[in-house]
Amino acid sequence: MITRQRLAAGVCALLAALTAGLAFPAGAVADETDDRDAPKVELVLDVSGSMRTRDMDGESRMAAAKQAFNEVLDATPKEVRLGIRTLGANYPGDDRKEGCKDTELLYPVGPLDRTEAKAAVATLTPTGWTPIGPALLKAADDLEGGDGLRRIVLITDGEDTCQPLDPCEVAREIAAKGIGLTIDTLGLVPDAKTRDQLICIAEATGGTYTSVRHKEELSNRVGQLVDRAADPVVTPVAVKGATECADAPTLKSGLYTDRQGFGQQRWYRVDVDPGQELRASVSVAADRAVAPGYGLLVRAVTKSGREIVRGEAAGNGRTDVISTGLRYPKPESDEEDAPAETVCLQVVHSFSPAAGVKTTPGLPLELTVDVVDGPGTSRDVASFGLGRGWWLLGALVLTGFLAGLLWGWLSRWRIAVWRTN
Amino acid sequence: MRITRVLGTALLALGLAAGPAAADSSPSASPSDDAPTEAGTSFRTATEIEQGQRATATGSTGDYLYWSFAADAGQRPTVRAKVKLPESHASQTWQIDVYDGLRRRQACQYGAQTRTVTQGASFVELACVLRTVRAWSEPWANDPLPGTYYIRLTAVGLPVSDLGLPIDAEVRVDSKDIGGAAAVDGSLAQPLTPGIAVTSGKPDGDDEDGKKPAVLSGIEPDGGWSSGWWSDRWVWTGAGGVLAALAGIGGYALTRGSGRPSRVPPGV
Repeated sequence: MITRQRLAAGVCALLAALTAGLAFPAGAVADETDDRDAPKVELVLDVSGSMRTRDMDGESRMAAAKQAFNEVLDATPKEVRLGIRTLGANYPGDDRKEGCKDTELLYPVGPLDRTEAKAAVATLTPTGWTPIGPALLKAADDLEGGDGLRRIVLITDGEDTCQPLDPCEVAREIAAKGIGLTIDTLGLVPDAKTRDQLICIAEATGGTYTSVRHKEELSNRVGQLVDRAADPVVTPVAVKGATECADAPTLKSGLYTDRQGFGQQRWYRVDVDPGQELRASVSVAADRAVAPGYGLLVRAVTKSGREIVRGEAAGNGRTDVISTGLRYPKPESDEEDAPAETVCLQVVHSFSPAAGVKTTPGLPLELTVDVVDGPGTSRDVASFGLGRGWWLLGALVLTGFLAGLLWGWLSRWRIAVWRTN
Repeated sequence: MRITRVLGTALLALGLAAGPAAADSSPSASPSDDAPTEAGTSFRTATEIEQGQRATATGSTGDYLYWSFAADAGQRPTVRAKVKLPESHASQTWQIDVYDGLRRRQACQYGAQTRTVTQGASFVELACVLRTVRAWSEPWANDPLPGTYYIRLTAVGLPVSDLGLPIDAEVRVDSKDIGGAAAVDGSLAQPLTPGIAVTSGKPDGDDEDGKKPAVLSGIEPDGGWSSGWWSDRWVWTGAGGVLAALAGIGGYALTRGSGRPSRVPPGV
């Protein structure tokens, strides 16, 4: 099904490209529209001194990374705009301040020239410090602009050496900008501290963490992450919910994101015409360490405060997200031009932060609103009130038989009466 | 499809043995070449799979892997997952959760939804048998409705030291056709597919530059969503009516005896 769709899309793209090529020989127009929502990926590679360690199947970590990059660059999908940033590649000295500024955009985010990119990667030699935080900030800037999916793939073998700027906080701030950026982290033979830091970074942006011990794993995983960026995904619209219904933003059908702090509630409004059905689903993601045991409540409330319907969810243990939803079919109205009803949606979650975890910005909230036509109704438990099963057959046969008998006796009695008269 | 089902249910109702095979709509197809080899990492990016397809994915322990499939009224989906674990690991707990199109968690009737494996086990197998999907339910109920379903596969309990290790996962969804026993009255105007209000407003197909626009969910069951008016209840009720009529004739005939009463002289 998906393949078929892709095939069809491919054929259409080919036709479109051909016609575009005929109409505009330069082909500039097609490119422009493409670029706006092209997915962007930046690979952030640690080139610090420790990458010299030879523990990846007998090769140095750097050599493994280079080989993986070569393979990934060969297999990068055409539509992906790829960039490469290094950290710790240039400054070999001991000055921490200088070392922590050492991050460089090796290959700018844009249409990929494989030879050029490979040549740039080949020049790298393990050198300096590990300024993960600053590199992530810069990488987020590199990816700015456009509506496409954004992804940073961070490959490192050591923890950040540039405290107090905590890379995990940096990641959360980047995520809070609401630009839909995901950071996936790969740790090369990581120690416990590196691992915790990389997990925290990945969690903060809804990304994944992988620990890599073998050469092959590295190229497979990086390739997979780049490929994932190429899949088209609906980008949500940022919205800001209010603390009460009266001030709430009015939403139409679509996908929205918001941030919701601990202990806060969020209100949104949706207009529902008679004869329409409102469907809303809400997911709140746990982008940091939270206490086990959490819940989510979504209520649809009338303007006067009466609850129409609610969706509840509760959970326990490790999770990425908790979600629930509700639907509210508004019956048809007999009146002409009956006004649309304003339904207030209230979202409350009961996540609580684990000890020592920052509470701002709030947790990412994703809201899907669908207002569809024609609520279905039901007049009976069974389909059209029809029956089914042997009991039904037995009852019908018995009734028919009794009716036949009765009819027979009645007619005999009538004939007898007629004959005697 | 529809015809085989109609015929199948009709035969079933008449007590012939040919019914069940035709009535079972779950495809028994073997894993095809075009089965997805990737999984999504969120509801939004969930990989769409078809029922009867064996979808595989590689990932890391700690990843949340998402797939989505379409289930129609009268089906009772069974989700099965198998995870090949890394070579060395501590004791881990794995779980599959199934969510409906409103992202409400759906209960499993039975099946090992959560399973803890001991240290060093090479794989873990999970299963979840959902409730039967109904054509309609009250808005206050949590019954499964026709639409998109999401599968989330993840390790819910594992030590931090085991995070990030490579795993291979495979999932497969099959449905049992419950048929008329689960046929309720009413139907949804639109299946419970996220983003349907946005997608159904647009003209079908590709946008102007030939690319498929991104949608939250674009899956349909084989042969489209059922309209919901047909169920084998029509056959049962119809057959019941015919049998009742026959029994009525039988009862009537019984009161008349066989042929002409002997007391009545000829010529009356």
